[in-house]
Amino acid sequence: MYTLTPVDQVGIEERIARLNARSIKKEAKLEALKLALSMLDLTTLDSKDTPGKVKQLCAKAIRPCEAMPELPSVAAVCVYPNLVRVAKKALQGHRINVAAVATAFPSGMSSLKFRLEETRWAVNEGADEIDMVVSRGKFLAGEYDAVADEISAVKEACGKAHLKVILETGELSTLDNVRLASDIAILAGADFIKTSTGKIQPAATLPVTLVMLQAIRDHYYRTGKVIGMKPAGGIATAKLALQYLVMVRETLGETWLHPDRFRFGASTLANDLLRQIVKEKTGVYQSLDYFSKD
Amino acid sequence: MKTKKSLAKEEAAPRLNFKTSWTYQPALESTAPARIAGRYELFIGGKFVAPAGGKYFPTINPATESKLSEVAEAGEKDVDQAVRAARAAKEGAWGRMPAKERGKYLFRIARMIQERSRELVVTETLDGGKPIRESRMVDIPLAANHFFYYAGWADKLEYAFPARRARPVGVAGQIIPWNFPLLMAAWKIAPALAAGNTVVLKPAETTPLSALKLAEIIQEADLPPGVVNVITGAGATGAALVAHPGIDKVAFTGSTEVGKNIQKAIAGSGKRCTLELGGKSAHIIFEDAALDQAVEGIVDGIFFNQGHVCCAGSRLFVQESVAKQVIRRLRDRMETLIVGDPLDKNTDIGAINSKPQLEKIESYVKAGLAEGASCYQPECALPKKGYFHRPVLFTDVAQSHRVSQEEIFGPVLAIQTFRTIEEVVEKANNTPYGLAGGVWSDKGAKVFSVTSQLRAGVVWANTYNKFDPTSPFGGYKESGLGREGGLHGLAPYLELS
Amino acid sequence: MRNKSEENGMGGQIQEAGAERARIPVLKTYKIYVDGKFPRTESGRYFQFKSPAGGWSANLCECSRKDFRDAVTAARGAFAKWSKATPFNRGQILYRVAEMLEGRKAQFVEELLHQGLTRAQAESEVAASVDRLVYYAGWTDKFQQVFSAVNPVASSYFNFSVLEPTGVVAVLAPEESSLLGLVSCVAPVIAGGNSCVVLASSRLPLCAVTLGEVLNSSDVPGGVVNILTGFRKELLAQFSSHMDVNGVLYCGDSAEEIRKVQTDAALNVKRVSLQPEQDWAKAEAQGPYPILAFQEVKTTWHPIGN
Repeated sequence: MYTLTPVDQVGIEERIARLNARSIKKEAKLEALKLALSMLDLTTLDSKDTPGKVKQLCAKAIRPCEAMPELPSVAAVCVYPNLVRVAKKALQGHRINVAAVATAFPSGMSSLKFRLEETRWAVNEGADEIDMVVSRGKFLAGEYDAVADEISAVKEACGKAHLKVILETGELSTLDNVRLASDIAILAGADFIKTSTGKIQPAATLPVTLVMLQAIRDHYYRTGKVIGMKPAGGIATAKLALQYLVMVRETLGETWLHPDRFRFGASTLANDLLRQIVKEKTGVYQSLDYFSKD
Repeated sequence: MKTKKSLAKEEAAPRLNFKTSWTYQPALESTAPARIAGRYELFIGGKFVAPAGGKYFPTINPATESKLSEVAEAGEKDVDQAVRAARAAKEGAWGRMPAKERGKYLFRIARMIQERSRELVVTETLDGGKPIRESRMVDIPLAANHFFYYAGWADKLEYAFPARRARPVGVAGQIIPWNFPLLMAAWKIAPALAAGNTVVLKPAETTPLSALKLAEIIQEADLPPGVVNVITGAGATGAALVAHPGIDKVAFTGSTEVGKNIQKAIAGSGKRCTLELGGKSAHIIFEDAALDQAVEGIVDGIFFNQGHVCCAGSRLFVQESVAKQVIRRLRDRMETLIVGDPLDKNTDIGAINSKPQLEKIESYVKAGLAEGASCYQPECALPKKGYFHRPVLFTDVAQSHRVSQEEIFGPVLAIQTFRTIEEVVEKANNTPYGLAGGVWSDKGAKVFSVTSQLRAGVVWANTYNKFDPTSPFGGYKESGLGREGGLHGLAPYLELS
Repeated sequence: MRNKSEENGMGGQIQEAGAERARIPVLKTYKIYVDGKFPRTESGRYFQFKSPAGGWSANLCECSRKDFRDAVTAARGAFAKWSKATPFNRGQILYRVAEMLEGRKAQFVEELLHQGLTRAQAESEVAASVDRLVYYAGWTDKFQQVFSAVNPVASSYFNFSVLEPTGVVAVLAPEESSLLGLVSCVAPVIAGGNSCVVLASSRLPLCAVTLGEVLNSSDVPGGVVNILTGFRKELLAQFSSHMDVNGVLYCGDSAEEIRKVQTDAALNVKRVSLQPEQDWAKAEAQGPYPILAFQEVKTTWHPIGN
């Protein structure tokens, strides 16, 4: 049995509004932009992805901006399992992880056997991290134990690879459900919990992320164990990324302000971060034409 | 249900670290938009006039202890002039004006407050010490909205009180406190004018500037002379206003002690009276509440505006089974509160309004410790100059302790635990005050059972310290008489026949 | 009915015993009404009411501050339940009071005759008093609907204001209207869920005590209405200063008394409502506004979310 932790939606939204009132300027901003960059899971999850595109993405992951070699690399590159090997090769010699979406991403609508096999295959291909999806159908049907058992099974299949559990919060309807799904995933062995596949709207939102961070915090209070958090999808601007960082800072503190504990799943965010970094450095507003679209 | 063992385990669990390597930098608002003059006169009969006695008093910035401006001190002669001007306006232009035109003036004032909001926001923060975030997000917009709300009532009064004819009471003498200077001025002036009265307003002596800027706006809005008069001064000025035979109604917001003196002073005079007085409001957290949001509610309830809030949730009652969880979350949350320069957009807790108020808060903290309560304060640096106080939690508090009985009017929270609903309701109501209360539970039936048992005029369920022009505000018992805001806020300014 | 049975029973026997001597009437003892009981004043003092026409008199309790104190304790005790009684229930009970008053019309008429009214005046006053009770019985579950509010706040909250009774109300009843004035003052106070302690007219006190008997026999819980007799001069300061009284309804025109009541009210911020001596039979003497005089507005906020 799981304990239901009630969440008040209006209260969450008000907390977000208050956090968003934080004013991040000058060096504090520059520092946060760099931190956000280092927390990126640079992602490409299109069916038209090619090895060439993945290689380009990896180049960007290593050195986000040619003009500013001092900038940090991103945390990981996130691809479909069949492109893991390409990414792994392109990132050789760099401390950048390769994450693979597995378990019949994005719907998860397949047999457990198949999903476990896919997980093992992706790990075999070299994936350092597995981003799995939970069975939202089972969750909404109240089959919480089944959801947990699946997560545990995938965790086992991951072996050494880190497991990120995607709740697909856009399909969970309420924040109470987000909280419950977070608790289930954490107890079942998730290393990270993640909001979304990016294929469903809404994807990551600040309220959903705050609820998940609170679940992580409560687990930490109870056990001392640190679970990571990854909002994914819909975070396209530096301003929004900074709002996430403020939230992390004031909910969980120092330990989570690190790429090992907090990630952004995003594709276009990198360039906006870069644009803002240049703006902070030069004082001149920038055009996206000057940043490579990979 | 948690066992004792698991509670102990939770307490021993690792603490979060909020001393982060990445921090915010001060984001200071410029003081230039405040445009504060070197000296302010009295606003009487539509003109700014020097006080008859020629006396002025300084108003200082409590965050820096430096003088912002000097303000005229109104004596009895000035009070008399202001009341006469108000009476003349009531008998004259304002009294004769069609209601819909009166309403249009109020709409105009609302708009002009919005237009000059930046100036008012910065002024409010400089003069009173409240965080600029609150001035900008709460005080000034709500003040404008209050005028906007009551503007629309001016020509609709016949719909407000069934089977009665509503006429203005006459001249209202209004005395407001220093915690929400412009907002309180709006709470007083807007309904009075909508109902067709004229007013003499006395702002608090430590925060007169925004009311004087409102006077400028009223002058600029071309309101007939004397409809609104603003006289500055301290207690003596207020007493002279209350005692003046030319006023028909007193509206006061402030301490219960002064409120009682006013009620006594006007006894038998036929003057009508509304009072918004003190409080020691109970904030109740049940074990089935959304605890994280409850913690936010607790923070808003007691640390909003440095705790200078009459309806502050200053007595916290937490159900025993979740007390440790709530207190731990609250302490962690307090670690992230930023105490400091009110002009910094990131400041959560600004300056205490005045030195005497700071001393009062300090003496209560001492009293709490002396009475045996345990005290917790986050480690945060305070500015070297100015009047500042760290937020304070008191646990191990008894109902009889002064910190859980008396209104402190500062960022000091007294926490008690409880086991049953009956127990907490009894404790919550065990006070001469009855201004506000808070109840947190995810169970609807319990929420409405407890909110209906609290003897208080405003009850926030699963939230705290929310305000709106349409929402009546005011207390039971010694917390006041009458309501301000909403339809019910019109009644005190109307004679029904 | 009763007369008939008396004729057939005991009454006949009395007549048989001695036709030259009329029956000795049983005189009523005018006691006070506190906490649903009819005690005498603790002081042992009394004052005499003499009918203006002469030939009839009664002794009434001259209540003391201690009687008032006991009555406030009773009213405070009764408030918790009465204030939570459903408005429907309060309406039923007030209507029951009207029924009982109607049934005991004759006694009130007789008392009003003793107090100097003509029979026509007395009958009209009793009828108006019954009607006034019926009027307020009908308001109990309606004034809330007319005067409460749902407030359209500009945020995601459900916000509403309801009326709740003020608490214990001290009523200084009209001196010049023994029954109708009294009923007109007490009915709105209790219709709104308050409990009260009433000082009856000292000049015309008879009906007040009898009204207590009516209240006692009509489902009004003990302590909701407490009726004392005695003198304003002595008791006014008690009524206005007691710290467990939340409101004062003052009827009368004495500037000095009003000043005293309002001054003392400041001790604990009592709500004071003033009613001048008036023709209580007029239509304007009733309405929802006397109920509102002792109602507090409570505003409740609750988030609207998922």
